[in-house]
Amino acid sequence: MANSRLRKESNLETIVVLLLYIIFFAWWYITAYGFGDDPSKYKFVFGFPEWFFYSCLVGYPAISFLLWIAVRLFFRDTPLEDNDHD
Amino acid sequence: MTNRIEMMIPLLLYFFFIMGIALWGNKKTKDKTGTSGFMEEYFLGSRSMGGFVLAMAIITTYTSASSFIGGPGVAYKVGLGWILLSMIQVPTAFLTLGVLGKRFAVIARRTNAVTITDFLRARYKSDAVVILASLALLIFFMASMLAQFIGGARLFESITGYSYQMGLLIFGLTVIMYTTIGGFRAVVLTDTIQGIMMLLASTAILVAVITAGGGVANIMSSLQAIDPGLLTPQGAGGSIPKPFILSFWVLVGFGILGLPQTTQKCLGFKDTKSMQSAMIIGTFTVGFTMLTMHLVGALGRAVVPGIEIGDLAIPTITLKLMSPFWAGIFIAGPLAAIMSTVDSMLIMCSAAIVKDLYFHYVARNDETKLPPRKVRLMSLSVTGIVGVLVFFAAMEPPSLLVWINLFAFGGLESVFFCPTLFGLYWRRANAMGAILSMTAGCAAFFFFNISKISVAGTTAIVPTLVIAAAVFIAGSLLSKDNTNDAELHKIFDF
Repeated sequence: MANSRLRKESNLETIVVLLLYIIFFAWWYITAYGFGDDPSKYKFVFGFPEWFFYSCLVGYPAISFLLWIAVRLFFRDTPLEDNDHD
Repeated sequence: MTNRIEMMIPLLLYFFFIMGIALWGNKKTKDKTGTSGFMEEYFLGSRSMGGFVLAMAIITTYTSASSFIGGPGVAYKVGLGWILLSMIQVPTAFLTLGVLGKRFAVIARRTNAVTITDFLRARYKSDAVVILASLALLIFFMASMLAQFIGGARLFESITGYSYQMGLLIFGLTVIMYTTIGGFRAVVLTDTIQGIMMLLASTAILVAVITAGGGVANIMSSLQAIDPGLLTPQGAGGSIPKPFILSFWVLVGFGILGLPQTTQKCLGFKDTKSMQSAMIIGTFTVGFTMLTMHLVGALGRAVVPGIEIGDLAIPTITLKLMSPFWAGIFIAGPLAAIMSTVDSMLIMCSAAIVKDLYFHYVARNDETKLPPRKVRLMSLSVTGIVGVLVFFAAMEPPSLLVWINLFAFGGLESVFFCPTLFGLYWRRANAMGAILSMTAGCAAFFFFNISKISVAGTTAIVPTLVIAAAVFIAGSLLSKDNTNDAELHKIFDF
């Protein structure tokens, strides 16, 4: 009944998800506050202020893409029922 | 007058379509025999959600009136900084499913859990935990549903020009009817359609705003002319200080792991493939909706200036920029966001009353005392009655419930966050810890909100969750060690 494989999988997946969460936070924070505070000195990318472009317009698709890769690399398919008593 | 009718056509077609889905869901519940079979179907759709439906069910339940009206209204006032804040919600789907999904799915099947309370009962084996959880859920959900009804009816009123009561009648009754008739299956299927509606509506209005403003660069320079603060992450007038925005990483960041309306969906998906694709689709969808709607608010300031009340920003911009027919399609977006939040809460309230309280405490889990015919009649009527109660409350909103709603989001987190997370990941967690943490968490949340005492500039949720976690750990360690309990192995041995 004890199935440590499932436990290991679940723990690995949790760690991957938390890492992604931290990466998203770090990117969000650094790009948002890292470009200086003076709006008169802002540079613009595609019409948006630099910080906004990187933090919001790049950060969100980038994390979606990273997530897609992470799911393919680290996530395993497992039966959720307990029928397989070995 | 013709304008109004033109606006109503897409809306009414949409509502009829949704009712059709509910009838199909109702047919599915008739296929089920047995009391448990019926409850698993009506309250959880027999654990059949695939990836796309699961993603939409989580995201649409999570996004509500505030994502379409309130939030963008603030973005209109303070600018791009509020969009930065809204983007904190991007990880909602992958965090919920990635941290809770697999464990919940396995344990739910072993313990036949249909609700979060079922899980808490199996995990802590304590009546006090079950009753605290059920009460918190009922009170906070009723208050939230009321606020959603009020928001929806006001939105309807401001866009169509029909009365508040008329709006409430049309969309309130629609959501109550389809939820009552169709159960969980209708809830998640309509959520899927509502999610697509939300994506379309938000894209349409954003395109309209950028076109009307003559392109992004143009709009940005107008914003800079109005107030350079609108372009900064600190917001106009420095209204978004760092401790404040970082508090949101707790409230709408990882705190969402405590929201029963989204975590309950983890009990209902079909297989791990569904979970994985839902993580990706859900992340994309929630980010897209938040980004586009809040951009509409922030950029709208340059295109339709001079709106004084934040909540009127989106309705006013819509009416200015879109033809009546398209405005009718657009308003279906936020109404969809509202209905998809209400339907989940309604079905969960009904499950709390019928399954968690009545079936367990009155019928004593005895299926012969609650035969299939009776449980069916009872479930449908309880769903309907709860809905109608909220509906009448929204006609003349009682101030107590409106007040409670302000605390609903954080209140649910303060009650459910620790018992859920510790319960899944910490074997030593026990009932004493859970009971103390749920009461202390909820009390702390109200205390910090009412007293307006702020710890290091953060909002109430930050000290609340610290206290709830500390009390949980202390309470568990100081009381009996249950880790050798045979029943607990059911949950932890995998």
